Amino acid sequence: MVKTSTAIQINNLSFAYGAKQVLHDVSLEIPARQVTAFIGPSGCGKSTLLRCFNRINDRIPGAKLTAGSILVHDIDINRTDIDLQELRRRIGMVFQKYNPFAKSIYDNVAFSLRAAGRTKRSVLDGIVENALKNAALWDEVKSRLHASAFGLSGGQQQRLCIARAIANQPEILLMDEPCAALDPLATLKIEELLSELKKQYTIIIVTHNLAQATRCSDNTAFMYLGKVIEYGSTMQLFENPKEPQTEAYVTGKFG
Amino acid sequence: MFNPENLIRKGLPKGHFKDLVVRFVLAGLTYVVVLIAALLFAKIIMDGAPVLFKAKAPFVDFEFLTAKNETLHVFDDAQGNRHQLPASRYNDYLAKYEGAPIFNEQTYSYSGGGIAGPIVGTALLTIGSMVLALFFGVAAAIYLSEYAKQSPFIHAIRLAILNLAGIPSIVFGLFGFSVFVLAVPVITPTPSDRSLLTIPLHINHYVMSFQGWNSSLMAGCATLACMILPVIITASEESLRAVPQGFRDASLAMGATRWQTIRKCVLPFSLPGILTSSLLAITRVAGETAPIMFTAAVAAKDDLPWQGLKSPFDILSSQVQALPYHIYTLAARIPSSEYTRRAQYGSVFVFLLLVASLSVGSMILRAKLRSKLKW
Repeated sequence: MVKTSTAIQINNLSFAYGAKQVLHDVSLEIPARQVTAFIGPSGCGKSTLLRCFNRINDRIPGAKLTAGSILVHDIDINRTDIDLQELRRRIGMVFQKYNPFAKSIYDNVAFSLRAAGRTKRSVLDGIVENALKNAALWDEVKSRLHASAFGLSGGQQQRLCIARAIANQPEILLMDEPCAALDPLATLKIEELLSELKKQYTIIIVTHNLAQATRCSDNTAFMYLGKVIEYGSTMQLFENPKEPQTEAYVTGKFG
Repeated sequence: MFNPENLIRKGLPKGHFKDLVVRFVLAGLTYVVVLIAALLFAKIIMDGAPVLFKAKAPFVDFEFLTAKNETLHVFDDAQGNRHQLPASRYNDYLAKYEGAPIFNEQTYSYSGGGIAGPIVGTALLTIGSMVLALFFGVAAAIYLSEYAKQSPFIHAIRLAILNLAGIPSIVFGLFGFSVFVLAVPVITPTPSDRSLLTIPLHINHYVMSFQGWNSSLMAGCATLACMILPVIITASEESLRAVPQGFRDASLAMGATRWQTIRKCVLPFSLPGILTSSLLAITRVAGETAPIMFTAAVAAKDDLPWQGLKSPFDILSSQVQALPYHIYTLAARIPSSEYTRRAQYGSVFVFLLLVASLSVGSMILRAKLRSKLKW
């Protein structure tokens, strides 16, 4: 595993939705400026773990941390005095189903900035252009920035959601199966984008697509039934897994 | 043994006659309902349209819509010509032909002039109650769908609101009478004798007196608002819930606060649904008689609501005429004759047109919003 500074440290985390325990004693160290992939069969808790990092699970009734802690750059994000809005501005998120707002392309990207109180048009123009360029969407939409976001193709909409998420210059980018609803070509574009984005951002990606994990991630965690079974560099985990369950999963014997 | 020949049926399909019978019975019942509605509309249109529309330009009898309501005088002059004149013109006639004999004079209350008063009154009641009901209703719906935890207490509240929708309107009328007309507090230097309780405020002899707002526009608006609140709350909550969760997730994940999320990403998309429910509410508010007969409506009023007021705010504490109550008065309180038909059918026809145009207008608005905000 490549050693760099740690972006997120998870210590003995347990998490439950009401009476249903979803994560059991999870401990991980996620390095900064790399791509970390979470893989595992459906229902293994990888999305839940991802959604703990920006505390978006908070709004689900009954969801609560039952043990352990999550440190983002050494700050415990479950402290009561955390500024949730600032936390979520520092940790962007892209969802499985692309979900642009029914607004113009420009307004979608500018949304988080406006929510943060930055409304000066000249400032917004520059940031929106930059975000769209970083999301490799600028050339396709620059002539119709004020058209509805729904006029874009699925792949373009997902890249718009990525642009929206990086408009605030976050430290960390969470991606919850960002290509699940996309065709192979659009997926390829997003993957190319990931290798660019990891120069600036720490990226954590949840994926069902094992090939995608091998293609774009530096580290991979294999999760099963709410536990992290194995965590290491992607190459080691796929080519030389230590645990028999990991081997069974990455070779396609179950999952 | 599978015999492919059996796939071809002999004779009619199974249950053919039963299907036919069921089909005809259901179709028959449907068309009976349609027929009744059609007859109703045909009757109103045939009797009412001639009052409002004329064969000559400008084709619409604007006087009926813009003139005040008056008593109709019917009489014969010495030449045997029959005259039908509203009270004001009757007086002009008497002044003009002073001393000329008049025969067979009869008077019909409320049957002369136009129905400007009731139209304006209904418009004011509708606007006032919709403003109140939307304000309270949408606020409650946002709380229930976005903020409240799903506890048994909240479920009980929701159930109570649903039940409120089933209460007969006359009960709301009596509730409004006992609360808004007789009991709500007002701040005044001169409390009335029947005040339930007075609390001195020690500012220039002003007291808070629980004496109600009397029968007035604002008491009527408040009563009507109470009546449609359950409809607005329930429907608004449903349309708020119909907004995809993904919008809320995305907005929160970008560091928006809860209120920013609701205002920018949830409310705009639930607007068409909220409008639909308010459209139903508008037609109900405009059409109800029972809630306003004790709280706001008056059968006869010489001035339009804004005439003869000391300050513009007095309009809130003045009584108004209203179309449904006017129709009730014309139908039940005066002896019917050939001279009252114009006012009776005309009022009903105008009322029908008003409600229909409100419905159509809201539908167009809703369709426009939908096409702009679809996801």
